[in-house]
Amino acid sequence: MNEKTQQKLNILADSAKYDVSCSSSGNSRANTGKGIGNAVNCGICHSFTADGRCISLLKVLMTNHCIYDCAYCINRRSNDHQRATLTPQELVDITIGFYRRNYIEGLFLSSGVIKNPDYTMERMMLVAKKLRTEERYNGYIHLKAIPGASKELIHEAGQYTDRMSVNIEIASKPELKRLAPEKNHRSVYQPMGLIKDGILQCKEERKKYRKAPSFVPAGQSTQLIVGATPESDQQILSLATNLYHQQKLKRVYYSGYLPVNGYDSRLPAIKTPPLVRENRLYQSDWLMRFYHFRADEIVSDTHPFLDLDVDPKLAYALRNYHLYPVDVNKADYEMILRVPGIGVQSAQRILQARRFRKLASSHLKKIGVVMKRARYFITNNELPPAIFDITPEKLKRQLLLADQMKRRKIEDTQLKLL
Amino acid sequence: MILLYDGSFEGFLSVIFECYAHKIEPEDICTEEMFQGTMFSEKITVPTHKQHAHRVWKGWQHKLSRELNQLPFLAFLSGEKGIEMRLLHFARLSFASPITVEGNYGDEQVLAIRKASRRVTQEAMRMIEFVRFQLTRDGIYFSGIRPRYDVLPMTLKHFKDRFADQRWLLYDMKRDYGFYYNLEGVEEVTLNDKAFNVTDSKVQPDMLEEGEEAYQRLWANYCENITIKERLNLKCQKNHMPRRYWKFLPEKKVL
Repeated sequence: MNEKTQQKLNILADSAKYDVSCSSSGNSRANTGKGIGNAVNCGICHSFTADGRCISLLKVLMTNHCIYDCAYCINRRSNDHQRATLTPQELVDITIGFYRRNYIEGLFLSSGVIKNPDYTMERMMLVAKKLRTEERYNGYIHLKAIPGASKELIHEAGQYTDRMSVNIEIASKPELKRLAPEKNHRSVYQPMGLIKDGILQCKEERKKYRKAPSFVPAGQSTQLIVGATPESDQQILSLATNLYHQQKLKRVYYSGYLPVNGYDSRLPAIKTPPLVRENRLYQSDWLMRFYHFRADEIVSDTHPFLDLDVDPKLAYALRNYHLYPVDVNKADYEMILRVPGIGVQSAQRILQARRFRKLASSHLKKIGVVMKRARYFITNNELPPAIFDITPEKLKRQLLLADQMKRRKIEDTQLKLL
Repeated sequence: MILLYDGSFEGFLSVIFECYAHKIEPEDICTEEMFQGTMFSEKITVPTHKQHAHRVWKGWQHKLSRELNQLPFLAFLSGEKGIEMRLLHFARLSFASPITVEGNYGDEQVLAIRKASRRVTQEAMRMIEFVRFQLTRDGIYFSGIRPRYDVLPMTLKHFKDRFADQRWLLYDMKRDYGFYYNLEGVEEVTLNDKAFNVTDSKVQPDMLEEGEEAYQRLWANYCENITIKERLNLKCQKNHMPRRYWKFLPEKKVL
């Protein structure tokens, strides 16, 4: 491990950090005999960076040289910054070295495009192949599929990896054209379709032969940049639903736009990333994946943007006031999930606990329900929903005010240093 | 009446057996070690009886759902004050009920037991996350750690499956015992002279394999570089990775 590798890794990690995905879940590849590594279905985070994101995988670019000049990317051709390339062998050595010390759960390899898509994809595939065959490594591997790479290469890569992904980045076709004129809409969706077909085909084969070779068993994911282009939340969420249902994606990640190339006038001039909006989108994504919500229940033509003040579930409840209050002792799971302040875990606990007794507010509180919110939307056998003579507008104001008061109190009790 | 036992899980199960056999309603159950003496109540020491313990455990597991059949043991491992009385209450509930009672979250004792067991499994998970091996000169990957509860045995299968082709040693520095994997199986060990720091598990530099420190530096630098400075959120970091583990992590230590 010499100084040069150290420097290269620093540069390439720095370039890879804008990729959001870091999950290592969705597959439980077993250790074959006496090799190294296995994958754990739930995924494991091994560390957390100062920005609060987990480090599960060694997230790194193979190279940050790139032949493209996309406006939103830090590694665009016209940017003047340090470039480096790691050889497949170096990548293999670092991955194994880290893995053996329990630093990481696996490798997430992405890359800028050098020479042409096929050349790049082949070198990336080589890393995965070396790990699986030479090192007998059974840990997690996530490879980026390079748009424009040939079908054969993607197919071969898929056999060595657990997850593959293609980043869409810009949600709408014309905007992509404007910001990345060298790429086109089709080149992004083509590898995604190839991977999807591969996964389906593999599933069919596995039904016949239990030991048929696996193909991207942990599924595929993608990433959308939020706030760089004028798309509405409705557009973004309907695209996400589409991806989940049609393309069978496992995850869609949203990345608040960071002005990495501030000089480019095609991009909006903002100082800080739109973190609140990103958060609201993730909350909506969760509502769709775990709370049985449909995208058109969260955003619609009349309100195409998410409310930044309140979370999407509370916003839904305020819009659909007539559905509440929900009787926690009688309502079905779907409806309990729709109460603001009750999460999946609390909802399941309520369902189990109410077999034994009628639940009162004190029980709900101990179970983990956030009563501060939930009490406006539920009834149980003890109290009539007395609070229900306030209008939704007033309730929203009241909840927001309580939030602000809390924040102010924290500020008041803390000494100001500067 | 206060019942005393030797502190082992088997001992505790024997206490439950006694409670049923002699229809005892104890005021408290407590380990001999922790017992501080009382003026008014009677105390009885219950000897550990393997067969009794086995009978209780077998019957109890019958009354639990399959995914949660370790629940009483996990809650017991938490060693919380008063957990024994809670578990006795839970045992009475389970044995008396025709259906499983783990989901009875409305019952304060059951809820407390679920929470205690969750804390224990969470600690075991954190071992799997935050253990960091250092390669020593004799080719052993070593890691010392101080888990809050005695959870290392629960992590062995994971490490054995994962690192099947390397020798490793996991050491619980708080309880002064550990496990060594010799490529064949795992054995329990206690080290007499320790070539590592018992607070932060750092191995003496002359015992480390050449290049080990370089790897630690490489990792620390990597973690530094993967951080997006514009999105700093230290509170979130601390929530996921509590401060008490930081001294074992190379990325958080100044090398």
